[in-house]
Amino acid sequence: MNYTLLFSIAKTHLVSRLKQSAVAALGVTFGIGTFITMVSFMTGLNNLLDGLVLNRTPHVHLYNEFKVSEKQPIDFIVNPSKELTIIRSIKPKYNQVRISNALPILDLLNKDPRVKGAIPQITAQIFYKAGAVNLNGILNGIEPLQEDRLFNIGDYIIEGDAQSLKNTTSGIIIGSGVADKLKLSMEDRIYVSSPTGALFQLKIVGIYQSGLAEVDDVQSYVNVKMAQRVMGQSENYITDINVKLYEIENSVEMAEQMSKQFNVSAIDINAANAQFDTGTSIRNIITYAVSITLLIVAGFGIYNILNMLIYEKMNDIAILKATGFSGKDVQYIFITQAMVIGVIGGVLGLIVGFLLSVLIDNTPFETEAIPTISTFPVNFDPSYYFIGIIFALIATFLAGYLPSRKAKNIDPVEIIRGQ
Amino acid sequence: MGKDIVLQAQKINKYFRVPTLFHALKDISFEIERGEFVSIMGKSGCGKSTLLYILSTMDTDYDGQLYLDGEDLSHKTPDELAYIRNRHIGFIFQFHYLLQEFTVLENVMLPAKKLGIKSLEEIEHDAMEKLRLLGIQDQAKKLSMRISGGQKQRVAIARSLINSPSIIMGDEPTGNLDSKNAETVFSILKELSEEEKLSLLIVTHDLDFAQKTNRIIEMEDGRVIKH
Repeated sequence: MNYTLLFSIAKTHLVSRLKQSAVAALGVTFGIGTFITMVSFMTGLNNLLDGLVLNRTPHVHLYNEFKVSEKQPIDFIVNPSKELTIIRSIKPKYNQVRISNALPILDLLNKDPRVKGAIPQITAQIFYKAGAVNLNGILNGIEPLQEDRLFNIGDYIIEGDAQSLKNTTSGIIIGSGVADKLKLSMEDRIYVSSPTGALFQLKIVGIYQSGLAEVDDVQSYVNVKMAQRVMGQSENYITDINVKLYEIENSVEMAEQMSKQFNVSAIDINAANAQFDTGTSIRNIITYAVSITLLIVAGFGIYNILNMLIYEKMNDIAILKATGFSGKDVQYIFITQAMVIGVIGGVLGLIVGFLLSVLIDNTPFETEAIPTISTFPVNFDPSYYFIGIIFALIATFLAGYLPSRKAKNIDPVEIIRGQ
Repeated sequence: MGKDIVLQAQKINKYFRVPTLFHALKDISFEIERGEFVSIMGKSGCGKSTLLYILSTMDTDYDGQLYLDGEDLSHKTPDELAYIRNRHIGFIFQFHYLLQEFTVLENVMLPAKKLGIKSLEEIEHDAMEKLRLLGIQDQAKKLSMRISGGQKQRVAIARSLINSPSIIMGDEPTGNLDSKNAETVFSILKELSEEEKLSLLIVTHDLDFAQKTNRIIEMEDGRVIKH
């Protein structure tokens, strides 16, 4: 086949109907542009929302849980006839809150090649005291710099930073809700009382805002050592171990393994945040459904225009066939037209999508709930541009294929005699 | 041998099945020698155009044998037939049928470009030659929708000549032209036949036109009654 010749015929057809060709291409541009914009914006938003929770959530969380013993005393008695045992009113077994052998466990985990980092945490119920007011609170003892490295706590500290907590033994980072309620600001002193009633004076070196009110109203952070002092415990008193892995997919398997190995409760990130996964996948489905619908509409546009073009070009098709062009040649001419429309429209669509994304990316979006961002989040992942152009090509090919097959099968005699 | 046969039809039968079964061509047999100028005459509906489209290989739905330059065409694939039309058959229609958005020159060059044997420069040179032969070289760069009807038909003749075909077929090439233009087109065809030894097969119902050709094949009700 002489592709250059067929291409030049296709080009002449397109150029001589510039307006129609442009409208068809604009349909694709609109479809692809919207797809890129939507998918970039939606996944940007998804990543942000997921990040809000997932970045801060350990991949595996080790802790001790009060629970009913699975093997009750009677089960230890040999029961040869396998008689049914029924125990009423089972109570949970008392379990110490601290993880036993926490320090060796931490050492071991930090040597594991799959583990990005394992850090201790001490959680304690406390009261914030201001005059006569006792405010319920949760004190977290953390290693500030490690916590920042692994769980990005620094992103949510709106005043002060993690480093200054590290530097100040009796420092505290309080939630913004606590600060509001107690009218406290940086460098102020705050009294906290431990469950046993001991009172400690701490200096505010940072204010923390996660965007989740129920967290910001109770949570505060101190150094591990300070938390141990508040609890009146020694330095091997550690209630939680937070593990971050290199591969999040390993979390389920590793949680199970750690739970058995260390005889503690281990919860993986999927179990802890199942609802976020669901939300993310539903949002993705919506994004793709809308985009694909747009592209299909654009595809119908191309289909219509090519169909019309073929009706207008019946004479041309008859001449081409009469002068020795085969059905395939004619089909190729019309497919080429569809593909040229697809490529031009698709590339323009990518550009339009990119520009719109940039525009959205620079649109101010300030919200108290999410302190880390000042503009709308946009995901500039190149793979979406790849998907976009591939889809444009497939859609235009299909839209061009059906009319072009008709052109291929047109009988020139009917056209010539029909006049 | 003695005779140099270009086109030979043997017992060609054609049926139209829609809307009702209709025997359109009945046992058509004849031959055309090289350099002959033959016209097919007959009343409307006698099947002369139907016959022409079978001879031109565009219609393949028939029984019987068809030979072009001694080659049997009855069992070729559509792609092979397309090549044969391109290489060996020139075609002139009643309604001149040019590609509207292309220039006159491009229209003439198109079948040669499709054939793809000669270089672009040679094809352009040949096309200009043909246009000069037909006296319309000054129109070469115009869009084909911007020239007159008589000129269009001459362009169509130039196009049919571009690949030096074995035979040129025409379906009422002068039917849509005024008498002056028809006269011009006829004398061009006559000239080609005499000077270039081209074989021509023209369907017409214009008796004047037919009487000036070498031979008349007369048809009636799907049969050849005189040849």
